[in-house]
Amino acid sequence: MANEENKVDVIVVGGGPAGISCAVTIARAGKQVVLIERGKFSGSKNVFGGAIYAQPTREVFPDFEKSAPIERRTIEHKYAILGDDDATVISYKKKHEDPVSYSVIRGKFDRWMADEASKEGVILVEETVVRELILKDGCVVGVKTELEDYYCDIVVLADGVNSLLAKQIGLRGDLKPHDVALSVKEVIKLSPELINERFHVASDEGCIYEIFGGPMSGMLGLGFMYTNKDSVSIGLGVTLSDLIEKSLRPYDLLDKMKQHPEIAPLIKDGELLEYSAHLIPEGGFKKVPIVFGAGVMVCGDAAMFVNNLHWEGTNLAMISGKLAGETAVIALGKGDFSEHALSRYQEELENSFIIKDLRTYKDLMSGVGERASEFLGYYPRKINSFFEMFTSVDSIPKREKYHTFIKEFFTERKISELFKDVWSVMKLLWSILVK
Amino acid sequence: MSDLEDKLYTVKYEPDTVSHLQPVQECCRICKSKICTIICPAKVYEWDERNNKLIVNFENCLECGACRISCESCSLGWEYPRGNKGVTFKQG
Repeated sequence: MANEENKVDVIVVGGGPAGISCAVTIARAGKQVVLIERGKFSGSKNVFGGAIYAQPTREVFPDFEKSAPIERRTIEHKYAILGDDDATVISYKKKHEDPVSYSVIRGKFDRWMADEASKEGVILVEETVVRELILKDGCVVGVKTELEDYYCDIVVLADGVNSLLAKQIGLRGDLKPHDVALSVKEVIKLSPELINERFHVASDEGCIYEIFGGPMSGMLGLGFMYTNKDSVSIGLGVTLSDLIEKSLRPYDLLDKMKQHPEIAPLIKDGELLEYSAHLIPEGGFKKVPIVFGAGVMVCGDAAMFVNNLHWEGTNLAMISGKLAGETAVIALGKGDFSEHALSRYQEELENSFIIKDLRTYKDLMSGVGERASEFLGYYPRKINSFFEMFTSVDSIPKREKYHTFIKEFFTERKISELFKDVWSVMKLLWSILVK
Repeated sequence: MSDLEDKLYTVKYEPDTVSHLQPVQECCRICKSKICTIICPAKVYEWDERNNKLIVNFENCLECGACRISCESCSLGWEYPRGNKGVTFKQG
């Protein structure tokens, strides 16, 4: 029997961006909502690159820029292709009047969001692990924690990439190594002055590096670097299946990347503040689980909502949380928590950028993954060798150099492989732009 | 001290008294790759040749879940540490 004393309208499991956005949406509608976080505080179990995105965050916390703990506003994106000892770097720089993204530290930012949510009526329960969902007649009616059972009308699962709870009730199967990337990160302390000097930014401005090749060459993996106020976050994420296949230790790869001549001077003499690791959902559209059932909805990483190409995750988490929250409010209003009533959440997701974007890139990871040694190995190396050739001055006539460079494409690899590459690119472009 | 130990030294932990990671040793003994000993970003797992046993340094776990997904025989018992235990990231 449900214990009425322990019953609320909604229980949200997981106090990250998805869970907080969901809970605050429900609290604002005057409903009772409990947000359960397993860490000491929100953000204490979370790791990302990272930056949060201004517009989606404003959809949940309209004035967050006034009081949230923000590190730096992004003014530059750098795409660095690392060779063995050289690099090609493309940079896009713009000082937006209306910033697109900010670097933040999750231990501070998520905690701030959770505090704001509790000010708006969310009952925040920290240091509590939900071990199991309670079902009654096929409907989720509550959660089992280590201490007691709590009952509610709707449970929202925002319990992150490992979501054991979504698995428990069969909304999703177990993850496979090619569905996730293992990411390791180091936060390195540097004085604000050194950061400004090395990254050519003013004190509130930041720079993001997206790093290809180097120790990740030929694997489905990328590196990243973000500037914080007085630290730099540097890390990489590689598909778990690639690490397994090649028997690689993730921290060895990061150490190698940190030693690269393009990267090393940027973090020189910095002090390691913290090392961390996390999984990133990479499966994309094809691995999105069932996101609703009777009395339950799934959002954020638990629903595999990550747009790998654009490095988006927290925004998909926040907006999916908000949509789940809105659906919960409507369902509470009608007193109907059936699968049918909560299917509105799926419809809202379909109408939003979340499912639209995931669908756009549905073939991206598998397409690039199948030819990772080409697209993330051979061709990035070729870009570096092109610039090496182009910038070399050695009294060899230029036409000869061009001819040698072009000839290499046909001697280094089989022509059939070249055709396969072109075909893969065309297929991918078609899937992204048309269907 | 190895580089990884230096890194792990920066991480704040509240270790539990019991392990939240429970390998099935019979499966580990016949596991060829012992991939958890390589993949784990905190080197939680070590193979003890002498006792033919997987050692689990669960106190170092960063709670990423990579071992669970990598486990060849899918036999690793993996759950979150208790609510006030485990890793606390300050700079995530």
